[in-house]
Amino acid sequence: MKNNFNIIIGGVGGQGIITLTRILTEAALIEGYDIKTSELHGLSQRGGSVETHIRFGKEVSSPLVRQGGADLIISLELNEGFKACYYGSLEKETIFLINNFTIPIISDKKEKITQNPSEFKKFSSRVIFVPATKIVEKELGKPVLASSFLLGTAIFRKFLPISQKSVIEAMKKILPSKHFPLNKKAFLLAEKTLL
Amino acid sequence: MKVLSEEGKKITLLGNEAICRGAIESGVEFASTYPGTPASEIGDTFYKVAKEAGIYFEYSTNEKVAMEAAAGAALCGARSLVAMKNFGVNVASDFLMPLVHTGVRGAMVIAVADDPSCWSSAQSEQNTRAFSLSGYIPTLEPSDPQECKEFTKLAFEISDKFKIPVLVRETTRVALQSMPVLFGKVFKEKKERKFIKDPHQFSTMPPRVLEMKSELLEKIEKIREISEKSEINQIIQQPTTNNQQPEIGIITSGVSYLYVMEALKELDLNLPVLKLGFFNPLPEKKISLFIKNLKKVLIAEELEPYLEREVKILAKSVNPQLKIYGKSLLPLIGELKPEHLLNAISQISEKHLAFDFKKHLEKFLTLNFAKRRPQFCPGCPYWLVVAAIKKAVDLKEVVFGGEIGCYMLLSSPPHYLQDYLYCMGSSIGVAHGIKKINKNQKLISFVGDASFFHTGIPALINTVYNKSNPLIIILDNGTTAMTGQQPNPGATKSAYAIKIEDVCKAFGIKNLKIIDPINQAEFVEAVRSFLKSNETSVIIARRPCIRLKT
Repeated sequence: MKNNFNIIIGGVGGQGIITLTRILTEAALIEGYDIKTSELHGLSQRGGSVETHIRFGKEVSSPLVRQGGADLIISLELNEGFKACYYGSLEKETIFLINNFTIPIISDKKEKITQNPSEFKKFSSRVIFVPATKIVEKELGKPVLASSFLLGTAIFRKFLPISQKSVIEAMKKILPSKHFPLNKKAFLLAEKTLL
Repeated sequence: MKVLSEEGKKITLLGNEAICRGAIESGVEFASTYPGTPASEIGDTFYKVAKEAGIYFEYSTNEKVAMEAAAGAALCGARSLVAMKNFGVNVASDFLMPLVHTGVRGAMVIAVADDPSCWSSAQSEQNTRAFSLSGYIPTLEPSDPQECKEFTKLAFEISDKFKIPVLVRETTRVALQSMPVLFGKVFKEKKERKFIKDPHQFSTMPPRVLEMKSELLEKIEKIREISEKSEINQIIQQPTTNNQQPEIGIITSGVSYLYVMEALKELDLNLPVLKLGFFNPLPEKKISLFIKNLKKVLIAEELEPYLEREVKILAKSVNPQLKIYGKSLLPLIGELKPEHLLNAISQISEKHLAFDFKKHLEKFLTLNFAKRRPQFCPGCPYWLVVAAIKKAVDLKEVVFGGEIGCYMLLSSPPHYLQDYLYCMGSSIGVAHGIKKINKNQKLISFVGDASFFHTGIPALINTVYNKSNPLIIILDNGTTAMTGQQPNPGATKSAYAIKIEDVCKAFGIKNLKIIDPINQAEFVEAVRSFLKSNETSVIIARRPCIRLKT
């Protein structure tokens, strides 16, 4: 890998974004990469927009991905995916992996909540929509497992230079032991449901 | 706990966790904090490991008390650390300013996290570097977690040597940045500590305090000599060819340094970079030498241009022709981002950018997606309080005083129950003034349980003593919820909990009710009747935070 690999994870507070970030960080570390991440804590996590940055490679300085500089954007929610377009670009050939799932926005203004998904095309020619929440809810009964399912989708479709083995090892290390088996199941489910 | 792992390990840590590790490696004996994002994990990490590591740790009632306690320990010869967010320094500053004058007997480090862009801060986009300058506080600025650890250790060393508190200043992108951190040896010193009488050193009575000021200035100049020689103020990537004198240089500190290095890599430039780990005292000679033969210099720093001003002063004598770029190219408001540095360096060096940031941004702004604001958690007791208030009063007729806590979200749709918001403890104080000007205007002042203990109590005493009649609703969810459910003096589970109602009763407040807001009718009735009263009224809305682990 010549350049550093840049990931943005977007979603809504409570969807397990920080945990997903920790798993990817640990997996990249197992692969022997240098790594930097950036996250935010506090009030914004209460059902607000959450966005984390993960950068790994030979030598990483900045913890933040630059504008238009993401290699991979994983969004756990559709509207948050639009927000992450800031980091996507045609030049970088950003891959968008979007959970086709919407969490309503509480607002008294008549705001346009969802854009036309074709808008993503302005930022990338590689946009993949996956109904992750729907699938894990149906197969495993827990919508929060969508993050592990999306991670599986990214790994099995080789969207990032990290092996399945490293991810499972990282999941085992990061997740509380009672949550590990079901998350692993959700992760592996992605291989079977390859679209 | 990972911060207690053995020497030689490389473990992924947040900047805040790395500060704890640095303190542990330095043999910290006493740690205190008042929680505040983006600094909260410093205290939370100590809370988890204190017992195992043999460190005393406490969540203090506010930042000033936390600092006083840490200083008390250091006055006895111990090594102490106090952590807080930027606004905490305001609260603690009354104590901090004279403390720098007296110094300590052991060693003391003050860890502060600023929040450019106000990611988790209302109030203001405050820059702690102003305190460093006005208070003569030696200050180090790490840029990543490894440096957080190393700089904390250096801060303890300087503090120990010069008997002065040393500040380690993070920003959000340092505090909540993670990377693998290489662990060092843990220093442990078992010594009996005690306060040794020395009023000459620790009592700031004038005229002695003016002598102390002169001693302080001398200390700062001695520390400046260390700053001049220190490896943490270093020139990075000196051009390799000797015969070619570089024309452009960059001076930077904190997280901005990382964006500079990233930008130089992307632009394939090899410019000299002076990275400053010391913010105060600055290595003036080193900076002068760096800028002496340059034609242009970029100062890359977040928020106010303190370094830029300093460089301008130094350039006057060593290189008056030098073109100095800083806030003319970089934003004064909000945090810096990698793209800001790419643009600025490209402009100065006239090196073409491959990526059209402007065009990309324009395209992004056409998306116009809806903003998602944070909300009270599902099941949060504050939903019930809002519901009762909406039933009880005409919202247009009542002024709602806000405070710092989860209930800041009262400002968001669909609530709109926040007409003013300043800082911890201010809701009641301001309410009193409003009521003194117009006692008939209906007013509800919100305050949380942690805020009440933090700085709400003096304001409540003032309200009773100087006689005004606001309705104060104390939102008692039994925890300091917003920053991560830390305990506080009123925490209902503890046998030692101080009951808020006992405090109110001691002040002579008669209009006092403790209501679980699930009892809507009772709550509505209390709000209505107290709003009519001519005396100070308090409703304690008591129902635990939904996130509180039982």
